[in-house]
Amino acid sequence: MNSEETGQPLEGDTQPKVHTEEPSRKPIEQFVFSNESLKKQRRPSEFFAEKIISGVAFFSIAIIILIFLFVFRETLPIFTGKAETKTEISSAKQETYGTEAAAGEQNENNQEVYGGSTSSTSPDKQEVYGATTDTVVAAAESGGSAIPAYKENESSNANRVTLKGLAGKTWMPVSENPRYGLLPLIIGTFKITIISILFAAPLAILAALFSAAFSPRWMREIIKPAIEILAGFPSVVIGFFALIVLATFFQHLFGYETRLNAFVGGIAMALAAIPIIFTVTEDVMTAVPSTYKEASLALGASKWQTAFFVTLPAAAPGIFAAVLLGIGRIFGETMIVLMATGNAALISMNPFDSVRTLSATIGAEMAEVVFGDTHYNVLFLIGTLLFIFTFALNATAEFYVKGRLMTRLQGKT
Amino acid sequence: MKETKIKTRDLSLYYGTKIALNSISMDIPEKQVTALIGPSGCGKSTYLRTLNRMNDLIPGVKITGEVLVDNFNIYDKNVDSVNLRKKVGMVFQKSNPFAKSIFENVAYGPRINGINDKKKLTEIVERSLQRAAIWEEVKDRIHDSALGLSGGQQQRLCIARTLAVDPEIILMDEPASALDPISTSKIEELIYALKENYTIIIVTHNMQQAARVSDNTAFFYIGELIEFGKTKKIFTVPEKKQTEDYITGRFG
Repeated sequence: MNSEETGQPLEGDTQPKVHTEEPSRKPIEQFVFSNESLKKQRRPSEFFAEKIISGVAFFSIAIIILIFLFVFRETLPIFTGKAETKTEISSAKQETYGTEAAAGEQNENNQEVYGGSTSSTSPDKQEVYGATTDTVVAAAESGGSAIPAYKENESSNANRVTLKGLAGKTWMPVSENPRYGLLPLIIGTFKITIISILFAAPLAILAALFSAAFSPRWMREIIKPAIEILAGFPSVVIGFFALIVLATFFQHLFGYETRLNAFVGGIAMALAAIPIIFTVTEDVMTAVPSTYKEASLALGASKWQTAFFVTLPAAAPGIFAAVLLGIGRIFGETMIVLMATGNAALISMNPFDSVRTLSATIGAEMAEVVFGDTHYNVLFLIGTLLFIFTFALNATAEFYVKGRLMTRLQGKT
Repeated sequence: MKETKIKTRDLSLYYGTKIALNSISMDIPEKQVTALIGPSGCGKSTYLRTLNRMNDLIPGVKITGEVLVDNFNIYDKNVDSVNLRKKVGMVFQKSNPFAKSIFENVAYGPRINGINDKKKLTEIVERSLQRAAIWEEVKDRIHDSALGLSGGQQQRLCIARTLAVDPEIILMDEPASALDPISTSKIEELIYALKENYTIIIVTHNMQQAARVSDNTAFFYIGELIEFGKTKKIFTVPEKKQTEDYITGRFG
C-alpha cells in the first residue's frame, strides 16, 4: 500500500521495515558481547562540549597567568634599565600632581611630610646615586624647572632605580630626584593589615561561633545572610563612611592629631574583612561533625564548654584559613585605604599617623604616571608584589590548611 | 528484681505534631542491663535520649509525662540538664572520639568538671581505660591521636570516656552496630562486666545481642511499648503476638 502511494516502490518499502524491526533487535544485541557491540562509539556532541568546557577553563587560567606576566613584564625595565620617557607628558604629570597635592584634606600634613623628608634624606640620595653624580648635580643646577631633569633622565637613566633604591626609606616618585623606596609603603601596608586583622578576626570569629553554636536557627538564618551581604558591599561606600563618619568620630574619641590615619583605615578595612572571615569560619564550624558536640554534651559539658573546647579547636585550621583570606582581602583592598588612611608615605610605628599602602599607591598614582617611565615600572613592581603575596596567602589557605582540616575531621592522621 | 533506678510515667514525645513516643511507662532496675529492641523508627533511640535529655537539643520537641531517676523528676523545671548528663552518660552508635590524643579524650570529661591536677587526671584516665578493657592495648600510645585506633577500640575508648565522668547510668545507642564480630564480642563482655557498677540501657537491632547481654528487654513498636520483662521470658514465652513475630523474624 505504502509503495503505491509514495511512488518509490523498493526503497520506500524496505525502509519502514528496517525501522520496525530495529527496536526489537537492539536490546538483545546490547547484551551480547561481540566486536560489534563493544566497538568504540563516536559521540561528537559530547566530545565538543567537553572540549569547549576544558578550553574555557584553560583560557581562564591562562588569562590569570597572562595578567601576571604582563604586570611582571612592565617591571622588568627596572632591572634591565631600559626606561623610555616622554618629556611632554612628564611635564603634564607634574601639573596634575601639583593639583592633587593642593586638594584633599590631609594636604597640610602631606606637604609637611614631603618637605621634611626631602631635606632629611638628600644626603642619602647622593650615596645611592653616587655613581651618577654628574647628572645629579646637573639636575640640582637646573633648579625648579622639571623638564631638564627629565631630559637628563632620557639620556643617561638618571632616575633608574637600583635594588638599594627600592629598599630605601623614602617614597617620592614625583620630584626632581625621584626616590622609589618601597619601605614606607610596605610598612604602611603591614600596619594597616595588623590593625585591621586585630579588629576583624576576633569579632568575626566570635560572631561565627555565636551563629554556629549558640544562636537559634531562625536567628542564624538572619545573621548569616546579613553578614554575607556585607561582603558584597562596594568598598567605596565603606571608604566614604570611614572618611566622613568614622574619622571624625575617632578623632573626637581619642583626640589625635591627624584625622585620617592608619587606625581609621584599619577599622574601615576590618569592616570589609569581617564578612569574609565570618563566612568561612561559620562554614567550618558548622562542618564540625555534630557527633563531636553530642559526645561533649553527653559528658556533661555545657554549651560554652562544648563550643570552646570542642568546636573551636576542631575548626582551628579552617579559622586560620579564614583569617588568611581576610588578610589577603585587606592586603589587596585599594579604595578604602585610599580614602581613609591619609596616604602619607611615613615610616612610623604610631597607629595614629597617616600611612600609604602598596595598593593605594597604585590606585593613586597609576592614572597620572608617564607610560614607560621608571615610576610606571615601579608601580607595576608593586603590583607584582601584591599579586605574589595575595597568591601565596590564598594558596596557603586553600591547600595546606584545608587539607589539614579535612584530615582532622575525617580522622586520617 | 533489684531496686528501680529509672521510672518513666506516661512519657510521650512529639516532634512538632508528630507523635514519636506514646505514653510509655516502665521501670528500669538498677545495676542490670536493659535492652530496647524494635524495628527502625519505633522510638527506642528517642526513648533512650529522653533519659539524659539529649532530645532537648532538637528544636520542636515536646515532652509530656515524667522520667524519674532515683525518684527525682529529671524534667522538672529546676533540673540542670548539664549536671544530669554527668550522671547519665551516653555512648553513641558511631564512635566519636575527639580529634585529640587518647589521654585527652578520656581526660576531657574530668577536665570540664574542674579537675586539672595532672596526677589525678592520669589516675582517672588509667582507671577508666582499664574499666573499659582497652588499657592494655593503648597504654604505650596514650598520647597518640585517638583517630588512629580501630573502630572497636574507638568505641571502647568512648565508653572509657563516659566512665571517666563517673556516671550512674550508661545509655548505649547501638554501640556495636558498626563493628566486626570480634569487636562486638569485646563490647558485649565489657557491658557484662560494667553492670556490676552501672545501670546500663542499650538499644540494639541485633536480637542475639539483646538475648546475650541483657537482663531485661523492652520491645517497642511504632512509638509504643509493647512488652517489657525479663529477657529470658521475652525471648522464650512472649505474651504478645507482635513480640513473638518480631523476635522470630516474621516482621520488622
